[in-house]
Amino acid sequence: MLLIHCPYCNETLPELEYAYAGEAHIARPANPSEVSDEEWAEFLFMRSNVKGIHYERWRHLHGCGRFFNAVRDTVSDKFLTTYEAGAPRPDLDTLVNTPAEGGK
Amino acid sequence: MTHFSAFSLLKNALTGHKNWTEQWPDAQPKAEYDVIIVGAGGHGLGAAYYLATQHGITNIAVIDKGWLGGGNTGRNTTIIRSNYLYDESARLFDHSVDLWQNLSQELNYNVMYSNRGVLMLAHNVHDVQSFKRHVHSNRLNGVDNRWLSTEECKEYCPPLNISKSSRYPVMGGALQERAGTARHDAVAWGYARGAAARGVDVIQNCAVQAIRRNDDGSVAGVDTDKGFIKAKKVAVSASGHNSMVMATAGVRLPLESMPLQALVSEPVKPVFPCVVMSNAVHAYCSQSDKGELVIGSGTDQYVSYGQRGGLPLIEHTVSAISEVFPIFNRMRMLRKWAGITDNTPDRSPIIGKTPVPNLYVNCGWGTGGFKATPGSAHVFAWTIAKDEPHPINAPFTLDRFRTGRLIDEAAAAAVAH
Amino acid sequence: MSQYRVSGKGRVDLSKKINFTFEGKSYTGGQGDTVASALLSHGVHLMGRSFKYHRPRGAVAAGSEEPNALIGTRRGPGRFEPNTRATVQDIYEGLQTNAQNKYPSLKFDVGAVNDAAYMLFSAGFYYKTFMWPRSFWDKVYEPFIRAAAGLGVSPTEEDPDHYASRNLHIDVLVVGAGPTGIAAAKAASAEGLSVVIVDENREIGGTLLSEPQAVIDGIPAWAWIEQELAALKAQGVKVMTRTTAIGYYNDNLVGLVQKLTDHLPSLPADTPRERMWRVRAGQVVLAQGALEKPLVFHGNDRPGVMLAGSAQTFLNRYGVLVGKRPVVLTAHDSAWYAAFDLADAGAKVQAIVDVRDGVSEALIAGARDRNIPVRLSYTATATKGRLRVKSLRVNRMQGGTVGAAEEISCDAVLMSGGWTPSLHLFSHTKGKLAWDDDRTTFLPEMTPEDCVIAGASRGLWGIEAALNDGAEKGRAVAAALGKAGNAVSYTVAEDRTGSGVSMKELPTDLSPGKAKAFVDYQNDVTAKDLRLAVREGMRSIEHVKRYTTNGMATDQGKMSNINGLNIASDALGRKQPQVGLTTFRPPYTPTSFGAFAGYHRGSHFEVTRKTQIDAWAEENGAVFEPVSQWRRAWYFPKGGESMDDAVRRECATTRKSLGIFDASTLGKIEVVGPDAVEFMNRMYTNPWTKLGVGKCRYGLLCGDDGFIRDDGVIGRLGQDKFHVTTTTGGAARVLNMMEDYLQTEWPDLNVWLTSTTEEWSTIALNGPNAAKLLQPFTDVTLTEENFPHMSCVECEVAGMPARLFRVSFTGEIGFEVNVPAPMGRQLWETLWEAGQQYGITAYGTETMHVLRAEKGYIIVGQDTDGTVTPYDAGMGWAVGKAKPDFVGKRGLARPDLVAEGRKQLVGLVTEDGSKLEEGAQIVFDASQPIPMKMVGHVTSSYDVGTTDQPIALALVEGGHSRMGETVFIPMPDRTISAKITGTIFVDPDNAKLKIPASAENKGVAA
Repeated sequence: MLLIHCPYCNETLPELEYAYAGEAHIARPANPSEVSDEEWAEFLFMRSNVKGIHYERWRHLHGCGRFFNAVRDTVSDKFLTTYEAGAPRPDLDTLVNTPAEGGK
Repeated sequence: MTHFSAFSLLKNALTGHKNWTEQWPDAQPKAEYDVIIVGAGGHGLGAAYYLATQHGITNIAVIDKGWLGGGNTGRNTTIIRSNYLYDESARLFDHSVDLWQNLSQELNYNVMYSNRGVLMLAHNVHDVQSFKRHVHSNRLNGVDNRWLSTEECKEYCPPLNISKSSRYPVMGGALQERAGTARHDAVAWGYARGAAARGVDVIQNCAVQAIRRNDDGSVAGVDTDKGFIKAKKVAVSASGHNSMVMATAGVRLPLESMPLQALVSEPVKPVFPCVVMSNAVHAYCSQSDKGELVIGSGTDQYVSYGQRGGLPLIEHTVSAISEVFPIFNRMRMLRKWAGITDNTPDRSPIIGKTPVPNLYVNCGWGTGGFKATPGSAHVFAWTIAKDEPHPINAPFTLDRFRTGRLIDEAAAAAVAH
Repeated sequence: MSQYRVSGKGRVDLSKKINFTFEGKSYTGGQGDTVASALLSHGVHLMGRSFKYHRPRGAVAAGSEEPNALIGTRRGPGRFEPNTRATVQDIYEGLQTNAQNKYPSLKFDVGAVNDAAYMLFSAGFYYKTFMWPRSFWDKVYEPFIRAAAGLGVSPTEEDPDHYASRNLHIDVLVVGAGPTGIAAAKAASAEGLSVVIVDENREIGGTLLSEPQAVIDGIPAWAWIEQELAALKAQGVKVMTRTTAIGYYNDNLVGLVQKLTDHLPSLPADTPRERMWRVRAGQVVLAQGALEKPLVFHGNDRPGVMLAGSAQTFLNRYGVLVGKRPVVLTAHDSAWYAAFDLADAGAKVQAIVDVRDGVSEALIAGARDRNIPVRLSYTATATKGRLRVKSLRVNRMQGGTVGAAEEISCDAVLMSGGWTPSLHLFSHTKGKLAWDDDRTTFLPEMTPEDCVIAGASRGLWGIEAALNDGAEKGRAVAAALGKAGNAVSYTVAEDRTGSGVSMKELPTDLSPGKAKAFVDYQNDVTAKDLRLAVREGMRSIEHVKRYTTNGMATDQGKMSNINGLNIASDALGRKQPQVGLTTFRPPYTPTSFGAFAGYHRGSHFEVTRKTQIDAWAEENGAVFEPVSQWRRAWYFPKGGESMDDAVRRECATTRKSLGIFDASTLGKIEVVGPDAVEFMNRMYTNPWTKLGVGKCRYGLLCGDDGFIRDDGVIGRLGQDKFHVTTTTGGAARVLNMMEDYLQTEWPDLNVWLTSTTEEWSTIALNGPNAAKLLQPFTDVTLTEENFPHMSCVECEVAGMPARLFRVSFTGEIGFEVNVPAPMGRQLWETLWEAGQQYGITAYGTETMHVLRAEKGYIIVGQDTDGTVTPYDAGMGWAVGKAKPDFVGKRGLARPDLVAEGRKQLVGLVTEDGSKLEEGAQIVFDASQPIPMKMVGHVTSSYDVGTTDQPIALALVEGGHSRMGETVFIPMPDRTISAKITGTIFVDPDNAKLKIPASAENKGVAA
C-alpha cells in the first residue's frame, strides 16, 4: 500500500484514502467538435503507459476530494513528487536529484 | 524431438532418464528472420508454432527478455472459459476452447486441460439479468453455458455457502461445463518444444530495445541487447511491455498496465471440484491438481510494473473467499504473487495489423489472456502469415477505438441502477 | 520422564504434564513443548508421509522451515486445520493431532507403492503421458493424480473463531528477536523513538535459546536474554512474540500475524485467534537469521535424519535427545558442536563424518575429548531403515573418487550443509541480491525500502558478530530518523563461529540416476530430478523450479532453494547467479485466511447501507435485495403472498389509489454557484439555461465516448442551485466524474458540488390519491396549475423542512418528498397513517421497476449497458443539439455511433401472451442454424403489472424503424414471436400524470 502526499492537505497518507485517476496532462480539446476522430480517440484512449517515470493523476477521495498530479516511478512505485492540478510538469532532472516529498 | 508417450517414459525410466533430450535448444540469434515474435509467452510461442505448422513459415525467432513463459503465462490462475456475451468475443474464446480440447495430443505434451466446469455466481438481481443474457447469447452462438439454481450451484460446488442471510446471497449461477483449467507452464513449454522441433529459434534472455523501421516506414527488424536482428515481419505479443515496445515503432496503444495478484493455499486433498467466479464479491477459486486452492484477486488501481501488489487487495480477496466458502477460513495462504496485465478501455484484446507495415500486435488481454492462448496464437499466426486478419480476429482492431465500435464486455456487465 | 528427555536440559517445564494425542495415541509432554519435541521425547520420529512417493518422514528441522512433519490439528467442532508444522505447534491439554497423506495408516501406507515406481515418476513425468485416450484425462488420470496429491484434508466446518486486525505506526520495526534483533532494538530505542521487535517463536532469544553455553559480556546467554528483555521493556520497546512478519509491502508497510490462542488449553472468551498488524514503520531492521541446509544424498529423508542445528535445538531448548546413537554428517563446523552437545548430554555419537579433508585442531580435540570417531574427507551414500534410520553408509573420498563403503549403525543422522541467510522479507521489497562465491550464497545488496538487514541474514556468523552488527544497524536506523541511538558493543565467550563448504549432491559410488537424494523433501524432488530438468532444456532456475516443483512446497524452498540452485548450476556448467534465484513471495510462512479476512466476515464482510426507513420495512415484512452497497426493500408480501402476487397487488393499488416508496438510496448531488447552470450545460446532454427556478427536468449523463452513464431528475431550486439525483449505484461515480471535469477541465467555473445522498430521506408517493394524501401536510397548493408535473420547491411537509418534487417514475401523479434524513421514518409513518384511508400500499423496487417499464422509463444499467447512446435509447429529445459542447457530444459523432443498424430500445409484446425472459436474445430469422445472427436482447420483462398482457423492453437492431415487425426469441424449448412496439404501454397521453381539478385541495394554513 502506497503512501501518497496530498499537495492540498500537505499530508502523507495511505493509498486507501486516494483514487487513481489515470495519466496526467491529457487535456480535453478546447473545441471538441473541431478535432478529428483520430484526435478524439487519442484523447479518450491512448496512453503512454510508461515503465519508469510516469505523470499521473490521483484524487484525495476520502480527504479533501481534490484531484492532483503526481510523478511516480512505475517500476519501484516510489513517488518523486505530487503537485496541484493545473501546475506545469515538474522538471525531471531536478526531481531525480532531490529527495521525494511524497512518501517520506 | 523425443516423442512423449507412456512407452517412452517407461523406456527412459529403465535407463535412468539419461536419454531425454532438450525440449527446445538454447538458440542464439541469427542475422535475419522471416518473422520475429517479441515475447515468448504462450501467445507468442503458440503463434510461432502455428506459423510453422499451418503456414509453412519456420525461419522464426521468438525473443524474450527473460525466460520463456515467465510473464503472465506463468502467473495466472489458469481459468479457461468462453461464455462471453458478444459474438466477436464468443467466437474468439470459443475457438480457443475448441483448440484446448486436444491441445495435449496436438503438441504431444500434456497441458492437463481439465474441463471441470466454470461456475459464475450471481449475487443480485442485476447479476441474474446479466448472466441470463450471457446464457441465452451463448446458446444461440453454440457456446455451452447454462443457468443453475442456487441449490444446483451448491450441488455442483459443495463448499459453497448458499445461506440466504449472506451479505451477498447466491441467487444462482451460470455454468459452462466445457470450461476449466490447464497447467499454465506446460502450455508455454509445449508450444516452445513444438515450435523448436520445426526450426523456430526460441531466444531467451535477449531484450528487445527497439523496433527499427525502413525509410518507407515498414519494419526492418529489432535492436536487442545482443545486436540488431533483421526481420521481414515483426509481431509483438509481450504482455506487460507492449506499450514500450510498440512506442519504439511510433505506435501508441490504448493500454494501461496494472498489477494483478493471485495466491494459492497450502495443498489439501480434493475438496473443490470446479472453478467458481464471483464478480460481485471478487472471489475466483479453483483447486490445482497439486491440491492448492488457486485464488485470483483484483487489479491494483494504478499503473505499475513492480509486480509487487498491495496488502489491502489481498485482505479483501481472502475475505471474499471466506465469505463464499466459509469452510476455508482456517486454511492457510501459501504464497501470493503479481503479474502485469495490459488493459484496454473495452477490456477486449487488440489482435492485428498496425499502422506500421509488417508490424503486428497481439495485446490488451487484461486479466483473461491465458484462456485464449491457443485461439489467439492461431489467428495471430494467420494474420502475420497472410498480412490480413483471420475472420475471428478481424473485429479486434486498433481502429475500433477511433470508430467507437468497441467490444465492451466490461460495460455489458456494468452495474448501475 | 520420557525415554529421550535429558534431565536438566532445555526450557520445557516438565512439572506441568500435558496430554495430547497423535494418531489416536496419547502422549505427554511439558509446558513449552512443541508436538515435534514431545513426540521425539518418546522416540517417535515418524510423523508423516511425503507428497508424491508417500515415503515415511520425520521432523528434519525444529522451526517454521519444517517441510516434513506436517500434521492435522484439532480441538473440538470447527477447529481443525491441516498441514500444521509439528515443530511450531505448542502442545496443550487435549490437543488432537494426526498424520496426513497416508492410507490406511501412517506405518503402513499403500500409497508408498509410488516409491517403488520411483523411476517412472521422474520430474515432469505427467507432461509426457496420460494423453491417450483423450477422454481418460478427465475421467481417469486427473482424478487419480488429484486424489494422490494434496497433503492434509480441508476443514469441513465453518470456523467458530474470530480474527482481528490493527494498524500500527512506529519509528522502527525489528523483525527477528535473536541476538541481532535484540541488539538492534536496544540501540535504536533512544530519544523517544517507538520501537517494536517481533519474533515468530514463543519467546525471544533466537539462536541463543539453542546455545546456552554462550556468555555475553560475562553473562550466560539465557540470563542475558532475561536481562535484555527487561531492559527493552524498560526502554519502552514493544516486544511481540508468536508474531510472524509475513510480508513486506510498499513504503515500509509490514504485515505481522500474531497468534493468540493456538497454544492455549482453553479458549479465553472474546480473544481473537489471530491478529493481523499492518505496521507502517519509519525504518525496518531485518534480523531473520540464517537457515541450515540439508546435505543431499541417497536416503537423506529417512525419519531420524535431521539438521544438526535442529538436533541441537531439540536438546538445548527442549531437553530432548533426537537419538542416543547419532552420527553426524557435515560440511560445516557448526555440526561438530551439535555432536559435542549431544555427546555431553549422554548420547553415544557414533562418528563425525565431514566431507572436508581438514578442520580446525580445536574441533578435532573436542571430538577426541569425547571419544567421538572422526572421518574426514568422507561422503555419505545411503541410509538404511524403514520407518527410522538404522545406519549410514559412508565412503572415503580419495583424489575425487569414491572409495569403499562402510556402514555406521545409528539411530539418527545429524547433517549440516552449512547455512543460508534468510532473505525472504528483503526479497519482498524487490531488494537486489548479490552472489557471494566464498560463502556460496546470495547476500543482500540494496533495497528501495527504508530497511537495513543485519546479522546472520546478511551472512555474518557467530553471536558476537551478530550482536555488534545488530547494535550498529540499530544505531544507523536511529540516525536515519534523526536520533543518536544507543552506543552498545558486545563481547561473547564460548562463541561458536565456524565455516564450511557448500555442496551440491554428495559424491556417490552408487548409480546417481537411481539415487533418492532429496532436495525438496515435501515435494519429493531429488537431485536426479533437477539434473533431468536441465537435461531437458530447463536453463533458468524458474524453469527448473516449475518443472520439478523444487521450492514450491509449503516451506517455499527455505531448505531447498540453495541446494537446488547449486545442483542446477552444476548441471548447466554456469555460475549460480547466471541461473538465478527464484523470488521469495509473501507470506513468509503459511498464514490463515482468517488472519487476512480479519473482521470482514459474515455481516461485516462489506458494509450494508440502510436507509432511515429500512427498519420500518423490516418490521413490515419486506423482502430485501442488495443493490450496490444498499439493501433495498424488494417487495412487501402480505400473509404468505408469493413475490408475483405481492408485486401485482402493489402495482394495482398504486395505479388505482396510492403507493409509498422509499427512494432514499437515490444519489443526490447539490450543484451550487454562479456558474452552476453553465456547469450543468456542459455535464449533461440536456440544455439547462431555460429551466426555470422551481422546475425539474430529466437529465441524461454521457461519458465523453457518447454512451449513457447515468440519469435522474434534476430540480432547479434557485438561479445558482440545482438538486441533482442519480441512480442508486451511480452516485459516487457521477460525483467523481463531475469533480473531475470541474477541477481539471473547467477550473474557471465557480461551482461547488456536494454529495447530499445521506442528508435526505426521500419518500415517493405515487397514485391518483397522492396529491390528496399530501395536501394536508403542506401549504404548497398541490394543483395542476400551481404545482404542475416537474415542479420542485423548498417548503415544509408535516412540519419538517422539505424539498418537494412533483415527479413520477410510475406514470401516476407523483411526489418525492425529501426531508432531513433522521426525520425520514417519522414522515413515512405519518404518511402511512394518513394513507390508510386510501388503502395505501408500501411498494418495493420490483413494483417500481414494473410501473416504470409500463411507461417506458429506462433504468440505466438494465435497459442500457454502457454501449447505448441517448439516440439508441430513444431519448434524442434529451440531447441539447444546439449546445456548443457537452460531455459526450464529440463522442456521439464518432463513425460507429452514427452508423445504421445500431441497437435501439423498443417495446415487445409476445404473440402468444407469454412472458419473455430478461436477457433472452432476439433474431429476425428463427430458422437459421446455430450460430445465429442475434439482433438484440430483452432488457426488461414483466407480467405482474397492470397491463392486459406481459410487456417487455428490448434493444433491437434498427428497432426504431421496425415498429410493428415481428421478431423471434428462440428459447431452449420453443421459439417465441413478438411484435415490436413503442416503449409506452400505459397511458401514452400522460393523462394520469395530471391532478384532476375535482380532486384539488387548497393548502391548509400553516
